[in-house]
Amino acid sequence: MNQDDFFALADDLAAARRGNEQLFCWLDGEDSDFVRLNGNRVRQAGHVRRRALHLTLIDGERQVEGDGELAGSPAVDRDRSRELLARLRDRLPHVPADPFLHVSTDPSASDRAVGESGPPTEIAIETLLAAAEGLDLVGIWASGAIRQGLVSSYGHRHWHQSQSFHLDWSAYLERDKAVKASYAGLTWEPEQLTRTVAEQRAQLALIARPPRDLAPGRYRAYLAPAAVEELLGLLAWRGFDLKSHRTSQTPLLRLVRGERAFAPAITLTEEFGRGLMPGFTAEGFVTPASVPLIEAGRYAQCLVDARDGREYGVPVNAAGGAPESLAMAAGEIADEAILTRLDTGLYIGNLWYSNWSDPNDCRLTGMTRFACFWVADGEIVAPIPVMRFDDSLYHLLGERFEGLTQRREQRLAADTYGGRSTASALLPGLLVGGIDLTL
Amino acid sequence: MTPLHEIADRFAAEAPAADYWTLRLVAEESDRLAVRQGVAEPSALSFGAGAMVTLVVDGGVGYGATSDLSPAGLRAAAEQARRHAALHARHGLFDARLYPRSALQADYRSETAEPWHALAIADKLALLHDACRALEIDARIVDSVAWLEYEHIEQWLVTSDGGRIAQTLERVAPGVAAVANAGSQTQRRRGGGFDECRQGGLERLHAARLVEDARRVAEEALALLAAPECPTGVMDLVLMPSQMILQIHESIGHPLELDRILGDERNYAGTSFVTPEMFGRYRYGSTLLNVTCDPTVSGELASGVADDEGTPAERVHLIRDGILERPLGGRLSQARAGRAGVACARASGWDRPPIDRMTNINLEPGDSALADLIAGVERGVLMDTNRSWSIDDSRNKFQFGCELGRLIEDGELGRLVRNPGYRGISAGFWRSLDGVGGPATREVRGVHNCGKGEPNQAVAVGHATPPCRFRGVQVFGGGE
Repeated sequence: MNQDDFFALADDLAAARRGNEQLFCWLDGEDSDFVRLNGNRVRQAGHVRRRALHLTLIDGERQVEGDGELAGSPAVDRDRSRELLARLRDRLPHVPADPFLHVSTDPSASDRAVGESGPPTEIAIETLLAAAEGLDLVGIWASGAIRQGLVSSYGHRHWHQSQSFHLDWSAYLERDKAVKASYAGLTWEPEQLTRTVAEQRAQLALIARPPRDLAPGRYRAYLAPAAVEELLGLLAWRGFDLKSHRTSQTPLLRLVRGERAFAPAITLTEEFGRGLMPGFTAEGFVTPASVPLIEAGRYAQCLVDARDGREYGVPVNAAGGAPESLAMAAGEIADEAILTRLDTGLYIGNLWYSNWSDPNDCRLTGMTRFACFWVADGEIVAPIPVMRFDDSLYHLLGERFEGLTQRREQRLAADTYGGRSTASALLPGLLVGGIDLTL
Repeated sequence: MTPLHEIADRFAAEAPAADYWTLRLVAEESDRLAVRQGVAEPSALSFGAGAMVTLVVDGGVGYGATSDLSPAGLRAAAEQARRHAALHARHGLFDARLYPRSALQADYRSETAEPWHALAIADKLALLHDACRALEIDARIVDSVAWLEYEHIEQWLVTSDGGRIAQTLERVAPGVAAVANAGSQTQRRRGGGFDECRQGGLERLHAARLVEDARRVAEEALALLAAPECPTGVMDLVLMPSQMILQIHESIGHPLELDRILGDERNYAGTSFVTPEMFGRYRYGSTLLNVTCDPTVSGELASGVADDEGTPAERVHLIRDGILERPLGGRLSQARAGRAGVACARASGWDRPPIDRMTNINLEPGDSALADLIAGVERGVLMDTNRSWSIDDSRNKFQFGCELGRLIEDGELGRLVRNPGYRGISAGFWRSLDGVGGPATREVRGVHNCGKGEPNQAVAVGHATPPCRFRGVQVFGGGE
């Protein structure tokens, strides 16, 4: 479904309103190729064509939300969307007035298209398979167009379209010994893919060394940007949304209360302007270019969606409560100085499966995964087996914090639950004086 | 919308040229009502429908999924399937002839005593308001929510071999949650049947006794605020069914998935410490450990008549008397691995292809009463209701946190402890199982959101289990 078709459909629905009804129409669509790989061969390949329509019907202080699938054919979609509207209209008298109903009544418009047509899936896969010949490669290729649109009876007309690809894979040596890599973006450059696979081969040589067993305990560590992403990804879960703050559920409660602080070098910002997300919310609010979340180690602002904004009387600054374009300020460690500064300790390439041990103290647990090494005297010595950590971010980003790298990595989410994600994060590596390994 | 069986008939009449094809049609309806802090949240209705066409053609297999169910839309999906089958034919991991064929004709419908629509929306909301009010018993209750969700899924799987499987699932899932806070300590407690999700109708809501349970939930949240931290040390552990379901899920269900063992999931959900040669001989747990894959349990979340490859579902032992017998692998994985499995190829919806999943993975009852399990502990902790889970990519080193703990001393259940957690290694943990509750203690529960696969899929999985006792486990509490 293109922009014109969606706008025409939404206009048709708006014309079907009755009395004082107001209507918000949101489109979430994708045309995606997915190719799963295992053993450097194709495990499962296919295409998904999805067009989801989300309607919010408002009458006075009452509102009802509804979702439906569109076919992509104007005549069929007109019938389907009118049927959905009728169901919402049937429901509306049976729900009470909503004191937190909050939509923008100011008309606004935007039209943004990013990316260009990538390579045919077949070409991309064959390029990867050739570059990875001889490797035990496993992963996924996802590509195609993602479209989001908003039209309301108040005069909002927004369209956001991105054409992107995401190749997310691991090369395995044996059992759980592997190196992970990804190549994602808007412009296809096969040379970069070939370069990444070559780097992966070099890392596999390191993984092949005899592993060094570790006992539980505290170790100096460098966390690569992918590992930092896992930590901050968990923090995003109730860490920054206003409702969680006002109901004391945020794992940053002690930071907010001033009982704890992160190191002054820790600055976190939600950068809507940089990311691939739409710059508008389903309620018609336009998001600001950025929202400071943590400034110089101290709590700054929350992310405020429309509903929370109305409940607590705070201006809306986000579509939801979790960061989706998070940036961490860079530090002073040059890439070539990482191992020297670490000296002796752990090089943690990836962390995985994090969850809270005790959110009251911002204490989380998780596993090392993929390329993680023991480093001695500034040299990588040996891979380490997977280890469980259990530690507080007040330690890792607080008293045991030693520095961040100058270079930051743009991390594009590979998530495809309910559709291809457009979330991203811009993150440096993190050097800590100690991380507690427990198992 | 045109009935799914008519769409299926129309497609079959103009079927694409292929060695084998399947059409899986899915129509989903859902409704969500919630009251939070006394305010009804926006009612959310959903009506979705789509189809996946899978073709085995010219030595490859591919799929095309679409929400356009018109003849032209399904033809376009078939063309996408053909395009991807060509890619698979050139670079496939396995011979496309291994793709399982089905001629099964079968029907399944969830048993429902009282239909969802039998109760008016206003009455449902009134009940949720009552439950929410029952949670708000103290100024330290800073958040309260009561919810009710309904899901109706109709699925048709038709095949070029004459297979025709219709399954209709209905689920009603209520729940309540209270959040208590004092200073920088916050405790959350849930109840009202939130993890007792089952197939069925409004009888599930009545069984949950939302309003009655809400007061207990709120009182426990408040009590946890003042409770001491769970002690740290190696001690015995009694896990209630509300925690056992996650323990089974993460450290038995996932490691037995055959696609993990075959390496498909290594980039995302992970591999498994289980290797093919372990089946038939490996001691997974003590002799008390008996685990089945059982899609025949009435009302359990993943009960059904067949999987999404069209394989008939049946009850099978995975672990018997502690010995590992069989993996969780659908027929395609079985053919790739040369090993018997179970009917468990499942897709999360019309837009995702089937992969090996848990269905109902149940720990069979033993013969102990809960009181006996507790009486056999000199020093330990009873833990209730999962709140945190984490496990390594081989499904071995795990850590769990629970909402509520109680000390056990000299066989007596003692005071409440907060932020209880424990960690261990799957390969050894199940061998420390030395007490299993009897049939009267068994509870049928499940999880709604088991994530796996690339592209990602989340499915509902059933787990039935009694409480269990484990010896010598590493236990800990909260704090930095």
